[in-house]
Amino acid sequence: MVSYLTKRLLLMIPLIFGITLITFSVIHLAPGDPVEVQTEMSLKVTAQAKENLKKLYGLDKPLHLQYFDWLVRFAKLDFGTSFVDGRTVTDKIAERIPITLSINILSMFIILVIAVPIGILSATKQYSLFDKLSTVFVFIGFSTPTFWLALLLMILFGVNMGILPISGIQSIDVSDMGPAERLLDWVRHLILPVGISAFAGIAGISRYSRSSMLEVIRQDYIKTARAKGLNESKVIFKHAFRNALMPIVTILGLSVPGLIGGGVIFETIFAIPGMGQLFYSSTMARDYPTIMGILVIGAILTLFGNLIADISYAMVDPRVRTKK
Amino acid sequence: MRLLRVIGKRFSRNKLSVAGALIVLALIAISLLAPVIAPYDPTSIDVYNVLSPPSKAHLLGTDELGRDLLSRIIWGSRVSLKVGFVAVGIAITIGILVGSIAGFYGGRVDAILMRFVDMMLAFPTFFLILAVIAILEPNIFTIMAVIGVTGWMDVARLVRAEFLTLKERDFVDAARALGIQNKRLIIRHILPNALSPVFVAATFGVAGAILTESGLSFLGLGVQPPDPSWGNILTAGKDNIEIAWWLSVYPGLAILITVLSYNLVGEGLRDALDPRLWGAEKE
Repeated sequence: MVSYLTKRLLLMIPLIFGITLITFSVIHLAPGDPVEVQTEMSLKVTAQAKENLKKLYGLDKPLHLQYFDWLVRFAKLDFGTSFVDGRTVTDKIAERIPITLSINILSMFIILVIAVPIGILSATKQYSLFDKLSTVFVFIGFSTPTFWLALLLMILFGVNMGILPISGIQSIDVSDMGPAERLLDWVRHLILPVGISAFAGIAGISRYSRSSMLEVIRQDYIKTARAKGLNESKVIFKHAFRNALMPIVTILGLSVPGLIGGGVIFETIFAIPGMGQLFYSSTMARDYPTIMGILVIGAILTLFGNLIADISYAMVDPRVRTKK
Repeated sequence: MRLLRVIGKRFSRNKLSVAGALIVLALIAISLLAPVIAPYDPTSIDVYNVLSPPSKAHLLGTDELGRDLLSRIIWGSRVSLKVGFVAVGIAITIGILVGSIAGFYGGRVDAILMRFVDMMLAFPTFFLILAVIAILEPNIFTIMAVIGVTGWMDVARLVRAEFLTLKERDFVDAARALGIQNKRLIIRHILPNALSPVFVAATFGVAGAILTESGLSFLGLGVQPPDPSWGNILTAGKDNIEIAWWLSVYPGLAILITVLSYNLVGEGLRDALDPRLWGAEKE
């Protein structure tokens, strides 16, 4: 197990190195100069002032030196300062992460609570009416643009019924509220965003649970369990369910990038100040340091998500960790 | 061609997939015939009919500049079709190239290429797409290229896996014994046998590309107004959300139906092309 872990960790080093290289090249080989973007609004800026700005951001150095500088600072978790407001990128990201993370954790929880039982049930009752209905739901879930669903629900609950707020994460008068009211206010603001981010996930994870369960049910040890006369619920819950759960853990690890990246659109729609919205506004402003910081952090979080998934898989399945 | 008949027969057994295929064909016809069937010019402004609800004159209503929504949705289908097919074309070309080289040569080549695949998979794809498009110019060509270049990794993995098993088979040994060169062996002998998972992935890929394009256009990073795309019509829907529900409902419905149809076709193809499910087949 230890050697498996070490191997996995060592493999991550070249990956992280490559990720930084791709990020840096994507941003720097493209046309479009952040200094131009910053100064195009004011015609009075002289060429000399532009040069000074470039020097300030280190943009006058050759590319490979810029990359090297950036890499060294990155190793110290310093992503530089934002072109937009001069604050450090680390600060900007740090204040956004809790919001995005709490939405994602809440929706992940909802996904698991709803999707896994649906998947298991439709596998055990394959080809039943329930299975067919849930399959239809899955296909619709896969095919619905989440931002459209967000618009529809905003029209329904926000505009027509007027019972839920449609933007932000707190009301304007939140400072006048007591703690209980404040919590309620927060919950009311989060219902739509969390529900919508869970929606697409429910489709995917329930489909995945279904096929994972179907795979397990076909195994010989399930036949054995049935043959020795165990009742069906014991076969399903004690023998099959646990084994079917492992691949689901893996897929949760693999869905990290989708969760981080997928937030852009609905955070923008609902005006939620999370990572997605920060990324969107940074790309619009060509705020290179922030863009690179978020890309690299997102990619590294993904690698760790994969790693945790692999480790939990290896802990349960000895074949994985002993494989050469 | 007996094989094709078997596949067709298996595919046609799934009623939902057949329905999906028919809708896809209808959508292709609609986008090709857009100039003929659209009742109005999709960009002609009518200031006397701004944001008018669905009526006999404008079946789906008009937008904030009085343009006919139905006509804009019909013309918008061209964007989805183009983006879907071109982006997926790029993705499967890169994927097949990387996957077949990695799978065929194995060893160090394989290790390096697959690490590169892992790296690409680690990026939150939508962030990467957004960054590149914002830096370059947001238009339909950038979108097609970027969706393609960030979407080839699954195909590469599938093709590699096929190659790994196929290259051990007898017909490959036989071809080698005949002195056939590697390039020809890969392209003419192994690749045709490795393509069925690619077809399935490509069909799902078209669905995914259409969804991504609509999201990007919705954010203002895709097809630019006044050209209509389903995503950028929805932006107008959001801006007028309190007064014009039709601007939000209908373009989204068009996306849903289109994407759903491609997904159903993909599902049907997967079952039809999976030889493991052929056992019970009677010719």
